[in-house]
Parts: sequence; structure tokens; C-alpha cells
Amino acid sequence: MNIRCTVNGEAREARDVWAGESLLYVLRERFGLYGSKNACEQGECGSCSVYLDGALVCSCLVLGGQANGREVVTIEGLHGDKVQQAFVEAGAVQCGFCTPGLIVATHDLLRRVPHPTDAQIREALSGNICRCTGYAKIIDAVHMAAR
Amino acid sequence: MEFHQPGSWSEALQIKAAHPEATPIAGGTDVMVEINLDHRRPSEIIDLTRVRELTEWGMDDGMLRIGAGVTYTRLIDELGDRLPGLAIASRTVGSPQIRNRGTVGGNLGTASPAGDAHPPLLAADALVELASTSGSRRVPVREFFTGPKRSAMRGDELIAAFLIESAQGPQQFSKVGTRNAMVIAVCSFAIALDGGRRRVGTGIGSAGPTPIRATEAEEFMQGVLEDENLWDRQTEVGDSALTRFGELVALAARPIDDVRGTAAYRRHALAVLARRCFTWAWDEFRR
Repeated sequence: MNIRCTVNGEAREARDVWAGESLLYVLRERFGLYGSKNACEQGECGSCSVYLDGALVCSCLVLGGQANGREVVTIEGLHGDKVQQAFVEAGAVQCGFCTPGLIVATHDLLRRVPHPTDAQIREALSGNICRCTGYAKIIDAVHMAAR
Repeated sequence: MEFHQPGSWSEALQIKAAHPEATPIAGGTDVMVEINLDHRRPSEIIDLTRVRELTEWGMDDGMLRIGAGVTYTRLIDELGDRLPGLAIASRTVGSPQIRNRGTVGGNLGTASPAGDAHPPLLAADALVELASTSGSRRVPVREFFTGPKRSAMRGDELIAAFLIESAQGPQQFSKVGTRNAMVIAVCSFAIALDGGRRRVGTGIGSAGPTPIRATEAEEFMQGVLEDENLWDRQTEVGDSALTRFGELVALAARPIDDVRGTAAYRRHALAVLARRCFTWAWDEFRR
């Protein structure tokens, strides 16, 4: 089957897709967008977080065909965003694998809650796992981006 | 694997009738895990995310009728005031990403004993609306679950909606897990008080082959509240009655030892959760 969708404002098409492919697989292997990371493949880690029609989702849990005609924004679409800059400045990155997902999830939080409390940050990022930082600098980065 | 993407409910039902073995998918939070990890490879998939009817909710003969495709995020935002018990449970589901996609319809379809929506649906006596090309039927949720990941749904049916009354009194839910997010319940408990009908409703999750109602515990507590005229007096419920209520909830469970916890732990925790949830709800009723 073929999948047509808008990714970061651009019309994209993937041909001869196996019906069981996830949106994450389509983004990475068909469209060459490697920012969204593939780790757990079960929605536990948040590393593949993207926007689907404006909603924060794990792209590994979206079937490719479900994205047909929809609008997807990936970490590449947030290039230069203040959240990205805050993660750099706060030193909220160690190995960097979880960072794209955390930036998309933080972007979503700040759209809904421009000045979140620590508790709101922890709740909003509860679906994004980082095994390096211990989260302290990630929370600093969110506050920095919210300023 | 064949992918079907019906644009309407009638089309979805026709596809299901023609392909009873087809797996429906909505938020994908269960189905995609199985496909990604190659635990299961369905021959046919029906994507229900284009069926607008499933995303709607409204009143139906005095009950809320909520489309099977309404996400947890929308339930919390749009119905949290009318369905506090289900909203509390919904907030414990996964993460924001999961709640933006996951649906109660999907929870019912998977019919896991650990599904977070099930205890509050049991406690509030909800109905599940199943539909096929030959018509629709409404099954009480207490009769819906027939075994681990098994339900009363036939192969040609899809879940259209669930029906539930707006809360008739305080409702509570509590869940035990290793952290506060992204957790499959070790065990969970829901309670719904109905001051008008003088009813106590319960639901136990993740402590038996199916979600379970603690019928004896309900009857016991209704008896205590009636005999001591507590619905009218609105005074505290005695310690021994609370302890007995917890014991009866624990006895209603049929837990096993598994990777998430032991049967003994689950029974112990359920007694604590039951007492705690009842006390929270009763304190709210007395206010």
C-alpha cells in the first residue's frame, strides 16, 4: 500500500509499504528522518514522540496507514525551536538518544502550559525515559524554555 | 496483512462481517505492541480512526453514551466532572502520549484483567454496546468479561460505545504499581457511591482472570450504611466495618503470582485500597 501524508509541512509519499509498518518505521526507513528514535517499540520510552494532527503520540504505536492524509511534525520540524536551544544551554543531553522525544514532549507541554511547575513537568514527561541524566537538567531545560 | 480503512460505521461493520478474524485498531496502544514485537501478525486490520461516529459522545435515555474511539485525554478533559471515577483511572493510563491515543473501546476490546478503565466501569454498572450488520446489543460490563483477554464480543461485532450514568455520588479509584506513570496495575480498585439508590459499587482490577465486582463487600457495606442509618446521619463508618469491607474485597479477588506481584501481596493491597477508596468517597459524601 501507499502512504501519503504531510511531514513537517511537506507532502510525502511512501510506496509499497507493508501494512504492519509503524509510522516510526515509515519516518525513519522510508523518509530518512532519523531524529525520531526507535527503542522500545511499545510506547514505554517516548523516544519516537511526534505530533500527529497536533497530538503528541508515540509514532511506534501508529500504524503507517493510520497516518494517511494526516499531518506529522517530527523533531526535525522543531529545528531551532527555543526548547531545543534550552536543552543545549542547560546541558540536558548526555547520550542524546532520548533528547528528540523529550524536546517534542516539552514543546507540547509548553503549548498547553506556558509556565509549568515541577510537578506538571514530571507528569508531562512521564512517558519519556532518560537513562543518563537523572532528569534534573532536563527539568532545568524545561523551565529555561518556559522563561 | 490487509489494511482496511472504513470511512463510516456502516462500512466498518460490513468489513467486520466479511472478515470476522480481522483485528480492529484505534489508538494502537495494544495492537501495535503485538505487531512491533511480532507476538501476533493479524491477517486483516481494520483502522477505526476514520469513523467519526466512534469519536462522539452524548446523552442516551438518561445515560452518557460515549463512542468507543473517545481517547482518555478527551474523557478527562470533556467528561471528568461527570465521570470522576473513570477520569481518575484514565489519568493513571500510561503517559500523555498513550492517553492521546488510547481509548476505552480499545481497553474493552483487549479485555485484559489489568485494563485501567474496567474497575470504574464495573463500579458504575456501565453497559457495553456491541454492533454488527445484524444489529446492536448492550451488554452489562459485569457480563462482558469472560476470561483473560476474552469477552462476550462475537467475531462479527465491533464495540460501538459504552454507556454509563453521570456520577450519582463520590467515586474513587486507586492503583498499585512500581511508579506513578507507565504502569500496568499490580492491582487496582474502584468505588462508586450512589446516595439516591443507597448503593455501593465496586470494581477490582488485575487480581483475577477478569476484572471483578466485589458483590459481597458491596452488600455488606450497604447493610452497614442502612442499619446504622449512615446515609442520612452522614457520620463516620466504624473501623471494624471498614476492615471487614477490605477483607471482603480481598476475598472476592482471585489473584495469581506473576511477574508484577504475588497473589498474597495483591490480596493485601486490595484490602488497603478498598478501605482507603471507600473512606475517601465517604468523606466526600459527608462534606
